[in-house]
Amino acid sequence: METATMTPSPTTPTHAVSMDARSAPASAPAADAPPLIEIGGFSFWYGPKQALFDIDLRIRERAVTAFIGPSGCGKSTLLRCLNRMNDLIDGVRVEGSVRVQGQDLYGPDVDVVDVRKRLGMVFQKSNPFPKSIFENVVYGLRLQGVKNKGVLRDACEKALRGSALWDEVKDRIEESALSLSGGQMQRLCIARALAVEPEVVLMDEPCSALDPIATAKIEELIFQLKERFTIVIVTHNMQQAARVSDETGFFMLGKLIEFDKTDVIFTRPKQKMTEDYITGRFG
Amino acid sequence: MRRLGRLLKGGEPFIWLTGSALAFSLLMVAGLLFLILRNGLGFFWPADVWVFTLDDGSRIGGRIAAREAIPEPGAKGPVHLKYRLKVKEGNRDVTGADFVWVDEAKIVKRERPADMVAFERREWGDFYGWAKAVKDGEKVVAEGHGPAYRALLSDLPKAREVRDEARRIEKDEIGSVNYAKEKLRLELKRLELHGVTSGPAVAKLKAREDALTATYDELVKKLDEVRSRLATTVVLETVDGKEKEVPVTQVLRADRPNEMGLLAKAGRYLVGVWSFVSEDPRESNTEGGVFPAIFGTVLMVMIMSLVVTPLGVLTAFYLREYAVQGPVVSAVRIAVNNLAGVPSIVFGVFGLGFFVYFIGGSLDRLFFAESLPTPTWGTGGILWASLTLSLLTVPVVIVAAEEGLAAIPRGMREASLALGATKFETMWRVVLPAVMPSILTGLILAMARAAGEVAPLMITGVVKLAPALPVDGYPPFLHFDRKFMHLGFHIFDVGFQSPNVDAARPMVYNTTVLLLVIVVALNLTAIVIRNRLRKKLRTSGI
Repeated sequence: METATMTPSPTTPTHAVSMDARSAPASAPAADAPPLIEIGGFSFWYGPKQALFDIDLRIRERAVTAFIGPSGCGKSTLLRCLNRMNDLIDGVRVEGSVRVQGQDLYGPDVDVVDVRKRLGMVFQKSNPFPKSIFENVVYGLRLQGVKNKGVLRDACEKALRGSALWDEVKDRIEESALSLSGGQMQRLCIARALAVEPEVVLMDEPCSALDPIATAKIEELIFQLKERFTIVIVTHNMQQAARVSDETGFFMLGKLIEFDKTDVIFTRPKQKMTEDYITGRFG
Repeated sequence: MRRLGRLLKGGEPFIWLTGSALAFSLLMVAGLLFLILRNGLGFFWPADVWVFTLDDGSRIGGRIAAREAIPEPGAKGPVHLKYRLKVKEGNRDVTGADFVWVDEAKIVKRERPADMVAFERREWGDFYGWAKAVKDGEKVVAEGHGPAYRALLSDLPKAREVRDEARRIEKDEIGSVNYAKEKLRLELKRLELHGVTSGPAVAKLKAREDALTATYDELVKKLDEVRSRLATTVVLETVDGKEKEVPVTQVLRADRPNEMGLLAKAGRYLVGVWSFVSEDPRESNTEGGVFPAIFGTVLMVMIMSLVVTPLGVLTAFYLREYAVQGPVVSAVRIAVNNLAGVPSIVFGVFGLGFFVYFIGGSLDRLFFAESLPTPTWGTGGILWASLTLSLLTVPVVIVAAEEGLAAIPRGMREASLALGATKFETMWRVVLPAVMPSILTGLILAMARAAGEVAPLMITGVVKLAPALPVDGYPPFLHFDRKFMHLGFHIFDVGFQSPNVDAARPMVYNTTVLLLVIVVALNLTAIVIRNRLRKKLRTSGI
């Protein structure tokens, strides 16, 4: 915890940062602005097996960054390293650094719980809690000790509007979250992540279990969300990466092969391997 | 051959095999239930009362309890079967035995006299015969079978009142005086232990003791007065003309079953069933009801549930969530599973040694020294029995809760952790509610096992006849140090320790029915709660 602005206390969730971010002009950030997340020389091991090799990557604020690559290339692993979800697995080891606004997430006195509050996550398989829709959305706030019913209700509405789910569920937010459809559940999970006002939303193949219509809705949502949040998305679907992202990183066997603006990656990649993957010659 | 192979491959025989296994199990259960119900429930039916005249001129009256072929050892070929009747003669104080075997061949006449009466008495069991006269002291109030019966019937409500009043005085008023006296005695003893044998404190206590003794004497007088309110006696007459005079207060019920219609009999049947579940036992448990045993069983299972659930769930959480999975945890898990297979009497011995003698004995020395050598906690009691049963059933809860924990999707935990929850918060807010149905499944299994267990209870606190329930009106209201009665032990006691085996047999079956009903009721409650939870937690609503 180096500075007060970067480590908001549990009662004032990330307001200092996100308010600052929003008070800046809403236009796309300048390309030379300092990056929000800076990954430097990052390597990762599952036990004896090395999964990531010396990754260097910069993620811009309020932009969508996509990670693509074939299965097992390490893109999900890297994403999960960004909010230290991989800590849950026994025998993992990291080298290098992941800096969010200059603070190393793997530093000695970093609170993991705090990291996860700042970098929210949406998973491949929607995983709502077996509670009501309302309780699902305000779960993070309840963890932070918010008890006031009115505050919770406002936050719930804001988050559900943010994930474009409000109009569909506003009459039944006390019903079980498990009564929603697959696409709605995934948007509920997004709302749940948004409710705690994170700085970054990490999405791990959020559409891979959804039908095309639900997928389109979520993509549209991602487009809206980048006005307010920094988004990192892992996807198998290259069209999706091309549609939603501003910048794209291509991974292969644990190495970052190429990282550039999305249109550059998809139209004139510098690496032969990237081109082969994108044009479908392997993968 | 090929056809056989194809048949086997198709799986048709397997379906038949599994189906017949199920059918066989169902048949066994149904057979067991049928046997128990048939032998037990008929007992309350007010069957007709017969009078048999034998070829030697003697008369036997009573209800037919059974009919069986007379075995003829050594007889070859088709034998002409002869039968004999088992007659419940009652009248134990006159004839000396409740039941008598009668060869059918010797019976020359069978009658069902319409005015024959079945008396249910507080002592000496049923009486079959007639009321010959009702007397008030020496004065005869009514004479003859008809008038005496009617006079008796009109006195029965009053007899009941007197009985209830006397019982109330005995139990409540004299009971509380005895309770206060016992406390005074302990107080004096405590002072004595501290070396105080005279002085104002002792004098005060002694004065109070004298006052209590005076109250006691008064109450005894009051009791005598209440009992003397109904001094009427009834002269009962057996079929062979013997007479017996008993106080009316000893008669609980009198009916003429031979002239009762079906509806009246059904009503009488329900009365019988109700008195069985609501009354205290009489005649060393072979008659009367089993209410204290029902109460003890249910209370014990509840205390056990309260202890075993947290214990088992916490253990399961540690094993599954915190412990590093490895050979040690596997060994612990195997040990826990094996614990479920240890004979229950072993748990009983452990409970006796650890809970009763060690913990109870220590408590007595520390806090109840004044009542030693009479133990307070250092003897069997409902708490120790419940704790012993919790140890017996905890493996079941652990295994069920662990399986539930293993079945919770990883994604659900990750979602919570990703929102900034600590591991504890995740477990408390997400995992525990989701695992609740599994915990309840474990509890259901534990309760079913505990309710039917007898062996460990016999040495940790069950008794044949408990003087008081473990819950009553004297502070602290819950007396978990008290001994208690239990339906399972009641079955054993009535079936094997009873002085009157024939009379006790239907009680054995009826108690079994009751135990089954209670187990089913407890399980159903838990199942209903579990299903509600499951409905709330259903993981797929699409």
